[in-house]
This record gives sequence, C-alpha cells and structure tokens, in this order.
Amino acid sequence: MSIPAQSSGAPDTEPDGPEDRLRRFATIWSRAIFPSTATSMTRTEFEQHLLPLARGLSDILHARPFDAAPASEVGVALVAAHCTDPDTLSSTLGVIDSYLVLYCGSNGATALSTEDSRARCARIQHALAGGFTQALRERTLAEQEAIARSALTARSDAEQALHATEARFRAVFKDAAIGIGIADLDGNVLEVNDTLTRMFGGLEHHVRSHKINEWVHPEDSPQVWKYYNELVRGEREHYRVEKPYYRNDGTVLWTNLTVSLLRDSEGRPEYQLALLEDTTERRLLNLRLRYEATHDALTGLPNRTLFFERLEKALSADDGSRFGLCYLDLDGFKAINDSLGHASGDRLLVEVADRLQSCATAPGEMVARLGGDEFVALTTGPDTRTEVDELACRILGVLGTPVRLEGRELTVRGSIGIVEGPAGERSAAEVLRSADITMYRAKSAGGNRFELADAEADARAITRHGLTTALPAALERGEFFIEYQPLVHLGDGTVHGAEALVRWCHPQHGVLGPDRFIPLAEHTGLIVPLGRWVLEESVRQAHFWQERHSDGGPLRINVNLSPTQLHHPLLVAETVDVLERSGLEPGALCLEVTESALIGADDDLLKPLRQLAEMGVDIALDDFGTGYSNLANLRRLPVSVLKLDRSFTQGMQQHPADPVDLKIVEGIVSLAHSLDLAVTVEGVETGAQAEQLRELGCDTAQGWYYARPGAPDRIHSLLLADAV
Amino acid sequence: MERPAWAPRGIDISVPSVSRMYDFYLGGSHNFEVDREAARKAMEFMPGLPKIMQANRAFMRRAVRYAVSQGITQFLDIGSGIPTFGNVHEVAQAADPEARVAYVDHDPVAVAHSRAVLEGNDRAVIAAADLRRPQEIVKNPAISELLDLDRPVALLLVAVLHFIEDSDDPHAAVAELCEGLAPGSLIVITHASYEGIPLTQEEAGGAVGVYKDIRNPLVMRSREEIARFFEGHEMVEPGLVSMPNWRPDAPHAVEHEDPFAFSGFAGVGRKA
Repeated sequence: MSIPAQSSGAPDTEPDGPEDRLRRFATIWSRAIFPSTATSMTRTEFEQHLLPLARGLSDILHARPFDAAPASEVGVALVAAHCTDPDTLSSTLGVIDSYLVLYCGSNGATALSTEDSRARCARIQHALAGGFTQALRERTLAEQEAIARSALTARSDAEQALHATEARFRAVFKDAAIGIGIADLDGNVLEVNDTLTRMFGGLEHHVRSHKINEWVHPEDSPQVWKYYNELVRGEREHYRVEKPYYRNDGTVLWTNLTVSLLRDSEGRPEYQLALLEDTTERRLLNLRLRYEATHDALTGLPNRTLFFERLEKALSADDGSRFGLCYLDLDGFKAINDSLGHASGDRLLVEVADRLQSCATAPGEMVARLGGDEFVALTTGPDTRTEVDELACRILGVLGTPVRLEGRELTVRGSIGIVEGPAGERSAAEVLRSADITMYRAKSAGGNRFELADAEADARAITRHGLTTALPAALERGEFFIEYQPLVHLGDGTVHGAEALVRWCHPQHGVLGPDRFIPLAEHTGLIVPLGRWVLEESVRQAHFWQERHSDGGPLRINVNLSPTQLHHPLLVAETVDVLERSGLEPGALCLEVTESALIGADDDLLKPLRQLAEMGVDIALDDFGTGYSNLANLRRLPVSVLKLDRSFTQGMQQHPADPVDLKIVEGIVSLAHSLDLAVTVEGVETGAQAEQLRELGCDTAQGWYYARPGAPDRIHSLLLADAV
Repeated sequence: MERPAWAPRGIDISVPSVSRMYDFYLGGSHNFEVDREAARKAMEFMPGLPKIMQANRAFMRRAVRYAVSQGITQFLDIGSGIPTFGNVHEVAQAADPEARVAYVDHDPVAVAHSRAVLEGNDRAVIAAADLRRPQEIVKNPAISELLDLDRPVALLLVAVLHFIEDSDDPHAAVAELCEGLAPGSLIVITHASYEGIPLTQEEAGGAVGVYKDIRNPLVMRSREEIARFFEGHEMVEPGLVSMPNWRPDAPHAVEHEDPFAFSGFAGVGRKA
C-alpha cells in the first residue's frame, strides 16, 4: 500500500507534524477497510469518520498509566459504522500493527521505547478485537431477534387475516342464497351448503351419497357432460349451463349451474366448485308467460304470434315442402254479437275453436285464432295441395252442425280463403294477405264456402292499394267527374231533380265507380276535399239548370254525404258558403245520409244536420231499410225524405210482385207520410214496378227505367222533353 | 383466479426473500439461513453483488439530498425492504427535520420490521401495498394522511422495478403512480441491467437464475427500456447513467469505485 506524501487533511496542519501524521494514518486505515464495509458514506466522509477513532488509538498508545481497555470502544465504533464484515477487523488489526507506532509513536509528550511501543500496540489490538467481536455479536443477535420477531408478527397478522377471511368465506358458504358444493375430480361430493341441501329436498346424505357424474337427467343438454369431462381433465376452467336435477322426492329441480375448476398452488386441477341457482319457479313462470304470450286467452288456441312463428318456419323450410293455409271468418258474427251480447258471442267462439281444433289433429297441422272471429288453419308437408282442400271441407263440415246457445240453435257459417304453395317463395305477411283477400272473395260470393287464392284476385286487391295512394293526385289533376241520375215524380212522371254521382277517370283503369274508391277516400280522409268538390260542382250545375229552365219549377240536386263528412266540423259553414257563392237556394239541395251513418247518432252529430234543415236544406235518409234503425228514432232525426233501398224494389221486378215486399213498402210509405216524410225509391227498372210504387204512394223514383246516370246535358235534354 | 384484496398471502420464511437477501449483502443480520444461502449462491456468479447494493444505497443518499436541496421534503419510497442503515428517513430528516417519508413494501416481514423501526417517528410510515397495483398505494390512507400529494413528492423506485415482470406492465404502473403526483415531483430510479456489469452475460445470468429459482425473477432491462420509465419527465443532469456517475460527491470519487458499482442504471426525472 502506498503512503500518501500529502495528507488530505486541513491546510492548517503542519506538514509532517503530529496532526498530519495522524491524518495519514486515518487515510491508510480508511483505504484498507473501505472496500469491505457496507457504508453509504463516501470515502472522504468515511475517512473523516475514522479520524477521531485514530486519535483515540494514538491517545491510548501514549496514555500513562497505560490502559488498553478503551481500544475496545474503537471496535464497537467500527461495528456501529456498519463495518460488520470480519475482513474489516483483520484489515484494521493489520493497519494498527504496521502503521500505528510508525505514524503516532512519536506523538506523545515522552517518547516510548520500541519495545514498549510494540507491546502496547499488541495490547491495543487485543482490546479492539475484543470490543469489535462483542459488538458484532450483540448486533447480530439483536438483528436476528428483531427479524425473527418481525417474522412472527407478520405471520400472526397473516393468520389473523386468514382467520377473518375464512370466517367470511364460511359465512358466504353457509348463508348464501345459492347452492354451493365442492367435489373432487372423481365426482365425490366433499362439502355442500344448507341451501344446496334444501334445493334437493333435504337429506344431505342423499346429496353426498351420489357422485356428481351420476346426477343425470333426461333433459340434460348434450354439452353438459362434455363440459364436465373437459373440466375434470383440466381443459376447461369453468362452464355455465341450465341443468335439471331430480330432487330427493323425484320432482325436477331446474338450475343455472356454474362449475369452476379449482387448482392447487402448482396449477394442477384439484377440486370442482359448483354454484347452483334454483330456477324452477322462474322457468315455470317463463313457460306460462310464453304460453300466455302465444295463446289466445278466450279459446286457448295458439294466437297470432305463435301462428306467425309456425308459418314463418313452414315458409322458410328448404326441403321442397309445401304449405296450405285456410283463413276463416265467420259469416254474420257481428250480428250475433250485437243481438245476443258479447258473452254469448264469446261462448260461440269457444265452441267454434273446439270444433276447429278437432279438424287439425295431424302432425304439421295447427289451428290459431288471429282475433275477433278470424281463425286460421295451417297444414304443412309434401301433399298440402289435396290436404288443404280436405281441411277446408272438414272445417265447413264441423261448422254445419248448429250450436246450442242459450236455448237456441244457431247455425254458424264461415267463409274460407285458401292459399297453398311451395315454401320459400313468399313471406308470411304476403301469404296471410292473400288468404285474407281470398276469404273476402268467398264472403262476397255469399259466404259458407271456400275460395282458392289466385294471382288475379290478389292483383285486384293490390290495385286497391294503388288507388288509395293515387287518390290525392287524382283530385289535383281533375280526374274526377260527376254523372247525374234523374229523380222522377211518380205522380206525373216529370223530372224532379237529379242525384250527383262521382266517377274517377283513372289513367290506367278507366272510369271507376264510387264503390271502387269512396271507401278508400273515406279511409284516408280524402273524402272531405273530394266531397266538397262534388258539392261545389253539382250545386253549380243545379244553379245552371235553374237559370236555363226557370219555368220548369224548382229543380233539386241530391248530393251524398259520407260519414266522415258528417263529422267534419266545417260541414255547415262550407255548405252555406257553397250555396251562397253559387246563388242556389237551400231548398234546392238535398243531402243524402245513409241510415247506418245515423244509427246511434247523438245530438252532437245531429246538430249540423238540424242547422242545415232549418236553413231549408232537405236531408234524405239513404239506403233506408238495410240497417237496424230504431223506427221510433225517426221523428228525432232532421230528415224530410226516406230513400228506400233497392232491395225492396227488387222483389217487385217479377210478376206478380212478392206480396210481402208490397206489404212492407206500403207500411213504410204510410209510416213516412204520417211523419211528414217523402219517400223516394231506387232501382226502378220496369214500368210495372213504377206503376206499383206509384200505387203504393211513393213520391219520387230513380232507376234505369227512367235513365241511367249520365252527363249533365242528358238531364238538360230530359228536362226539355218534360217541357214539351 | 385473482386473489381478493382482503385475502392475505401466507407467510413462509422458508422461502428466500429479496429484501432479506439485500440486507445480507449489506452486512446485516436481518436474515435467515435460506436468505443467506440464496444470496451466497448468487454471489458465486456475481461476487460483486454487495458492491452493487452499496452503490444503490450511496446513490439513494445523494438523490435524497438532491431532492431536499430542490425544496422537496416529501418522499414516497416503494420497495423499501428491510430498514438497515442510511434509510431514506434518516438521510432526509438529517437534511431537513421536517421531511416526511412514506415507505411501501409488499413483503409482510419487511413491513412488520419497518413498523417496529419507525415506531415513535411521526414523520415516517410504512404501508403494505404492491407496486403492481398502484391504486393500492395511491389510495392508501396512511400515505395520504402523511403526504400532501398536491405538493411535489420524490418518488423512489430504488432497486425494485427489476422485480416486476413485463407481464405486470411496470411501465404502466409507474405512469399510473406519477399521474397522481404534483408537477415538480421527482422520480428516482435504479434498475438492474446486463449493461455495465464487468462479467459476461452468461456469468451474470447465473445470478439472475438464482432469483428465478426463488420465484422472484430479476428482470434485466436495456438502457432504452429503463429510460422509458421517465416518460413525461425531464431528466435531471447527468441523465440516465451508472450509479457512481450520478452526481458524485467528490471530483475523483468515481475513480476509486468498485467495478461492480457501475452495473445497471440510475436516474432522476422531474415531472413537468
């Protein structure tokens, strides 16, 4: 080791003086032991730290009387400075042995002999080594004890926490609302909680005595046991399934089952943990809700929802299968409901439902109630072409037997629309619409029959849709026009007025009668502007006729009012406006309202009619005799004319006339006249009819016998003919 | 399955602990034979391991003093281990008696021992938490009671990040910790690396293997990877360097350092 020529000490020390020599000793010492210390001091700091210790050693060396014992404190100080490596001791002793006397031997007041110095130096080393060892031993023991105590504390803390954790887990396990079970990988049940035992109907023994891979149920989904095997092989961490079990008493327990694999600390599969949630009640409730959602509450038949599901399934089949659909609507059910009451109507529907059910018992057949008195029967399979006809025949057959209801025998009839075809071509909605259209065709053909859907009939219905959407533009483009049919005085045969009848000159379909588009206009609300246009046009025309034929007496114009117009708040105001602008007196206008539109009319509805009647406008009750009008109500209505329905005059076309029809007409006329009402008859086609009606006292007539509806100038020529 | 936070880990002193091994390297006796056995085995491959630990302590001391000189008196020392000597609170409180130090470790024995050592010091606490779950640290009531996180803090991550494996994403953990610190805070890091070790990678790898065997893998990272821990921080001069080269106390101090002291990297960053 090299000795520094210049000490690193303070500049005020005298070169090679005692202080400088002491510092040089400390530097040597520091260099010797620094590598084996663990101190975080820098070398300079460490050297400064050793300097007082070096001074202490120098003092001991020169002390009189000599006492080596204080050198043990230097050993203690070294340990305190974290010089705990045994190498620091041997290095320190080496440095003292070689350099203490050399650098500090002459520092004392009196010089020591070489022999004395050596002896003292050896004693100092002994004492220092003893102090160092003692201190190191104490420090080691203290630290060992401290760390052992810390380990114990940490362990007992952990045990307490573990205990608390276990207590919590125990509580979770015991009090959980779900069933919990633990089994080994062979399926032996190791532990179950009370909830699980209860779910299985008691008897823990029963639960534990079976391996869980024996807990099979016929309704197990196929993947349950696949998952189970994957889990116990360690290939799957967990699975969740819906699984049924047998309870102790043999009943079924439905569960949401979650099974997790528990592994040991080395990651090897060890246990399986099962969590079971009892879903039996929820499942029953779901089944019931599903049943209720898919079945008709009244009849118990499948409802529209379920029917559509089945129909869609049948239509989406791609195995070349076919389907056949019967769409049934009872004939005249509304009349039964109205006359016998809803309760009886419901009982009838139940009876019909039962009978229909008996018609469709083969696999692939089903009957459903769509609502009201509408039922459907569906058949699927390869041979529906013949089957669906047979099905329809069976249905009409079972309906043929009268139904006993409240002591009466009712004959129920129905109209059936049939659609049959291959799957995969049409949507369920399209099929049902086609069946609906076809059913109406059967109904309008007189009912109690079935009709087969055909494309042409469907096309007509589709036209109806086209007409509806074309209506607004047609009014704007002036595609409507009016024809007039004369009204003739039965007394003298003169033209008394005319009924305005609206027509649509459709660009593709040609001239369409009101039966083709008035219901559509009524449905869309377009009837209001259309009706106003008809009123304006015909009033203007009537005024024109009067101007031209002032000598021909008052000429009347009859205009039809639809139910929607009747409800329109501006009816009175607009009528007054039209009359005023045209200059036609109110008495020349007769508004025709159908009997059915006034059935059950209250005062609010009648009020506008009354106002019009008070102004002098005539109100005619159109199609009289077709509804179920309350005759006593007649006097309450602001009506001045009855227009007898054409069905009454039809009976007079043969010769001799039907005596019952004659009696009825006679009675109505007499009733009308006694109420001060005039009677107009429609549909007069022969002279004999006209004569008979005149004899019965009818006032006015219209019909082909006189003239078909025609252009306004036709009326003009008729008037001229009268005048002649 | 993830262990719930309230389920304690068992204490098994038959398994070596890195904090007790660290104590042994520094000449302490806060260790058991298993710790010493593992440490001796590691030292067979890397005899200079104690010198690395000593350099860590010395760097930490300089960094703490630097922080105090910058007016920072709050310290959060994560991975503090077994308190031996020259601990952060001793250094910091020697420089400024008002300094506050929160220690964090996840080794229950180290925590219990720290608690005993710190008893009576109302400006230093120890919290049991895991660096891998920074929220445990940020939300620890003992820490938030002692430290005012609205003011700058020196975050010490000395010789700890190399015990976090990449699968636990130490970079994200550090970023999450720093996010909660006030601007002007310092982040103090030392990290093991094959760079700077006066041995071949095979030789040093033997020591790494010892840590792997005791299930506390030592993750050696490159300078570049270590530099990423300082993202969002401005490096304090002289940047990321070997430990003795970081602001040495004396001009020639570096010349006398043991070659092993230059293993790995140290640096201090300041949060913008």
